[in-house]
Amino acid sequence: MNASTTERWDEFMEGIWRQNPLFVMVLGLCPALAVTVSAVNALSMGLATTFVLTCSCVLVSLLRKLIPKEVRIATYIVIIATFVTVVDYLIQAISLALYDALGAFIQLIVVNCIILGRAEAHASKNPLLPTLINALGMSAGFTLGLFALGSVREILGAGAFFGVSLFGPDFQPWVVMVLPPGGFFVLGAWLLIFAAIARRKQKKLAEQGVGGQNA
Amino acid sequence: MGKMHETAAQIFINAFLANNFVLAMFLGLCPFIGVSGKLETAVPMGVASTFVMLVASLCAFGINILLAHLDLEFLRLIAYIVIIASTVQLVEMVLKKYSPSLFRALGIYLPLITTNCAVLGVALFQTARDYDFIQSITFAIGAGAGFTLALVLMASVRERLQLSDVPAVAQGTALSLMLAGILSLAFMGFAGLGG
Repeated sequence: MNASTTERWDEFMEGIWRQNPLFVMVLGLCPALAVTVSAVNALSMGLATTFVLTCSCVLVSLLRKLIPKEVRIATYIVIIATFVTVVDYLIQAISLALYDALGAFIQLIVVNCIILGRAEAHASKNPLLPTLINALGMSAGFTLGLFALGSVREILGAGAFFGVSLFGPDFQPWVVMVLPPGGFFVLGAWLLIFAAIARRKQKKLAEQGVGGQNA
Repeated sequence: MGKMHETAAQIFINAFLANNFVLAMFLGLCPFIGVSGKLETAVPMGVASTFVMLVASLCAFGINILLAHLDLEFLRLIAYIVIIASTVQLVEMVLKKYSPSLFRALGIYLPLITTNCAVLGVALFQTARDYDFIQSITFAIGAGAGFTLALVLMASVRERLQLSDVPAVAQGTALSLMLAGILSLAFMGFAGLGG
């Protein structure tokens, strides 16, 4: 019982850290860069993707024995498109301002590679519970990634966080950060940080390996 | 959104340069990062995507009329994606028959045109902006040309970069993204060109 809980936790964390869809697998870049001009937008996009990813993966997993292999991709896409339509109308009903801010990118969740990738690589081969955990982990990882991008861009580019001004009226905002180039720069910088951490870890492991041999 | 007054030339310039699909609107980034390693794959990829965009745009125009007629507009997204998927399948079969080497070079990225946001983006944006028939076609061609341009520019830079000495930590996607950022900065210079 205890061991399987740890295993589940491991699988959940895998999406957040070791296989983070944004920073490690570098998938789903389009929404990640386009809507992350502020922390609020990033978070709502993350939640919308979470809903679509989780629901689609669950449905794919439940139907995995019924879907013929030849038409599986088309089936997945139609399933995903259905849930995206749901989210689209939902956001429109909840907040029109948010709907305008995210624009066509809500509907573009359909073509987010993460979702199709998860449906094909994981949900189509696994029963409900592991799929659910994996999908939730991946969505959490993606949402965190979006949030990391969005908050950095909002803090640097608008001097604010969740719309609350941080540095007072004298702050000269670094406008380029909320413009398109800023998205590329900030994501590039995050990837650099992640690569640096990974390299340091590798080095440490290698040193430990050598030390172990000597001892 | 009521942009009926835009002329075809303005739409083309906007989609091609000023609001470049890749560098200003962040559409189609997966192939942009993935296939832009070599110039010889970048060009056919751009052309194939442009073709799919054009067909998708034409079909989307028809679907809009049909769905509005049947009062089934909530099915729009699903209809678009099915059309795009079948067009990509068609391109794939044609390429496989007439140019197997190119088919292999493009590899997984060919079927992935289906999930290229730029293609669906064309269909969605032309609907959101109420473009008429001529405007839609110009928009699709402009967007495709812009996508190809960005891909070719990026591939050329990356080919040169292979000969230069890059710190190990920055190699790969991080560097590509930084490059894309600089290209994107340059493209901001076109802002306002399309009026």
